[in-house]
Parts: sequence; structure tokens; C-alpha cells
Amino acid sequence: MAEINRRPIPKVPALRGKTVVSLFFEDSTRTRLSFETAAKRLSAETMTFSVSTSSVNKGESLRDTVETISDMGVHAFVVRHKSAGVPWQISQWTSASIINAGDGAHQHPTQAIVDCYTVREALGLTALNGLRVSIVGDIKHSRVARSNVAAFTLLGAHVTLVAPPTLLPANIETWPVKVAHSLDDVMPSTDVLYMLRLQSERMDQGLIPHLGEYSNRFGLTETRAQKLQDSAVVMHPGPMNRGVEMHIDPADLPNSLIHKQVANGVSARMAVLFDVLARGGELNSLQEESV
Amino acid sequence: MNREIKVASGKAVMSGPDVSRAISRIAHEIVERNQGAHNVVLVGLQRGGTWIADQLADRIAQIEPGLNVPNGSLDVSMHRDDIGLRPIVPGAISDIPFDINGAVVVLVDDVLYTGRTVRAALEGLNNFGRPRSVQLAVIVDRGHRELPIRPDFVGKNIPTQINDEVEVSVDGVVITAVQS
Repeated sequence: MAEINRRPIPKVPALRGKTVVSLFFEDSTRTRLSFETAAKRLSAETMTFSVSTSSVNKGESLRDTVETISDMGVHAFVVRHKSAGVPWQISQWTSASIINAGDGAHQHPTQAIVDCYTVREALGLTALNGLRVSIVGDIKHSRVARSNVAAFTLLGAHVTLVAPPTLLPANIETWPVKVAHSLDDVMPSTDVLYMLRLQSERMDQGLIPHLGEYSNRFGLTETRAQKLQDSAVVMHPGPMNRGVEMHIDPADLPNSLIHKQVANGVSARMAVLFDVLARGGELNSLQEESV
Repeated sequence: MNREIKVASGKAVMSGPDVSRAISRIAHEIVERNQGAHNVVLVGLQRGGTWIADQLADRIAQIEPGLNVPNGSLDVSMHRDDIGLRPIVPGAISDIPFDINGAVVVLVDDVLYTGRTVRAALEGLNNFGRPRSVQLAVIVDRGHRELPIRPDFVGKNIPTQINDEVEVSVDGVVITAVQS
């Protein structure tokens, strides 16, 4: 799919006649736009649902909204919601395919696919055996962290979570990770530094005493960045909080993959849409027949 | 008289040297048809056609010294009309690192069968530019066309049953009857 995006005309007819709806109950720039771009490059029809101008404002329930759109004959919903489990719940109400584009603090699977692909591409690796990945920031509320821990671990990487104890989930000992509380300590032994966005409302909840203190201890500053190995890469799922977790302009980092992540977002989501809409059940049934 | 023919499970209809000679002849025909191949580019179809395009490029360079014919590859899986009905070969990519606008594009594939792959290739080629003309070279034309497509250069016409499998490699062409 990445190759298609490099063509003079980056569009193929693979998903002609399929309709993809982006159902975003939460704000998003890159995930929604990259899904819509991905769908268009595969020639699928796209519909965009935005809560602020929909009948949700008239009190329409989630179920009625989904069933209404489903009745229009759509093939896939791309769903983002502030509550965990909403994509699964929607899948019970429609026969269309559901793609999770982030549900609460639960999972953001396509982001993890993008990130793993980006690392593999940048480092020229297939498996990530032994690669040391450090994920820094608000692990507790981060769906990106959850999906990335699962994905990087699956590919053989060793994940270290770096956060103050208040921003770690309660059941952290059941995760397949190491935990550190000092970013300075892990910097020299990190191959992939993954910075998470600190949501500003976390401070209001009393989980961090002071934004400046958090920023001092867990932010990526220029002096701290110098502790990275020359080969280490820096990632961020966006949107960045400049001056909080990112003090340094990523353009000043020699090995920032942040722009790559966005660019690869389209390719990876094309692969997901293609897999769901063109390769899924039909292929399996065909293979079973031919065996 | 040392005709070594490797028999897999099926029937060998061309030996390795047969295939090699067919490629040489097609190279000559391409040069002849295009009065020297100066405006010709080769595009091998993933995956069976790419190695043949590579060999054609080598042979043309031998026939016309100093002439390096640009040689690319095209993966048509996203342009097929049977998406979802058959498996997609992962990892095959299109790589056409030259301008095809105004060029004579010779599409190269191993076997011409229904013509659907070639139709998809013609569509895919559009995304890269507007060639002056498109020609088609195949090692085996096995018949059973479902679209109005004909080859310009053929290694060998081989009549087949519709459920035969035809396999082309440097070792030759093997036809296997598949029980259905």
C-alpha cells in the first residue's frame, strides 16, 4: 500500500462500490483524515459523521444512530468513542464491519499497526526481537500505550513504561513490561523512545502536582535528548503538547519518526480497510472450498 | 540431442532451453517491430513476468549494443476485477522508476489465459502515465480468453484444459491437470 501512495496517481479501484463511514464521537485530525484518505485511495465511498451537526444533539441514541446509518447500506464503520467497548457494542447492532479507531482508554489498534510498521521500515527490520521500546507519559489513560504494548511485545520487542506512579494503571504488574519512574535512567538504553501526549485535564484530577514538574521529569528536552543513543528513534502519536512532553522541536531531532508515522498512517489504514472489506470472509470461504 | 526436461508432477511442454530461446526470439521481435527499441520500456507483471522482463532487457542489450531498455514491474492485484474471490500475493509491488508518457510499453507476463490480468495491468498502467502504445509479450498463450485481448509476442501457443495449471520457470513450462 505504501507503494501505491508513491505513484503519480495514488488511487486504485480495489474497494469500488464499498462504503465506509467514519463515526467519530471524539475529536480527531489524523486518524479520521487518514482513514478517509485511505478509503478514497482504494476507491471506496466515504461518509463522515460528525456529532456536533447530527441528530445526537436531538437526543438520538447510539444504537439508533448506528442502525440508521447501517440501513443506508454501508460496509464498514470506523468508530471512535470516549467509552471503552463501544466498537464491540456497535458490532452487535449491525452486520457491517467495525474498525476501532480508538475507544476510551482501551485500545487504538490501527495506531499500533502504524507505529510497528514505521519502526520496521525505519530500522529495516522484520521482527523486532530484543528492540528496547520506552513508552513515556500518561500510560493509565492511554489507549495508544495499551495497543502498542501488545503490538511491540508480539513482535518481540521489550517494552519499558516510564511514568509517575499516579499515571500507571492499577494492574500494571500483569502487563508484559518493565516499569521505570525516571526518564533520565532509561534514555541511554532505549532504541525507540515513544512519547505520549499528556492530557491537560489530568492535572485537574490531581494525578500530577504541577505541569512544570511533570514536564521537567518526563518531557523530552534538548539536554535529555542528547542522552539518547545516536541510533535511537523518537515517536509520538500526536497531537503534540509542545512545551509539556515535547520541549524540543522534533525537526531538531536527528531521528524523529513523527512525520513518518503520519505518512504511514494512510498506508497502514489502507491495508486494514482492504483486509476487512476485500480479503476477509470471502477469501477464507474460497480457500476452504478449494482445499 | 541432450534435451533435459524436468518433469514435476505434470507434463513438461517446453524445456529450460526452449524457454530461453523463446525469450531470445521475442527480444528480436520487439526490436524488429519497434525499429530498434529506442522508445521501448519493459514492464513485467508481478510475479510471474518480472524475471522474464529482466531477461528480455538483457537480450535486447545484446542485440542492440549500448541500448539499455528501462525495465520495471507492475503489481495488478489492486486493479483486478475478482478482488475478494482469490488470494492477494502480499509483498509484490509496482516499481516503474521511469516516465512512461509517450513510450512504447511492452507488458511482459508468463502465461496469457483469460486476459483479466492484462486488463488490470492496462488500467494500472494509466496511473503512471499515457504510453504511446502498449504491446504484450508472453511465454505461453494457453487460450480460454474471456476478454478481447491478444498478445503481440508469444513464446508458444499451447492448448490447455480450463482447469489445467501452467507453470513457467527458467527450467521450462509444465502443465499439471488439476482434478476438480
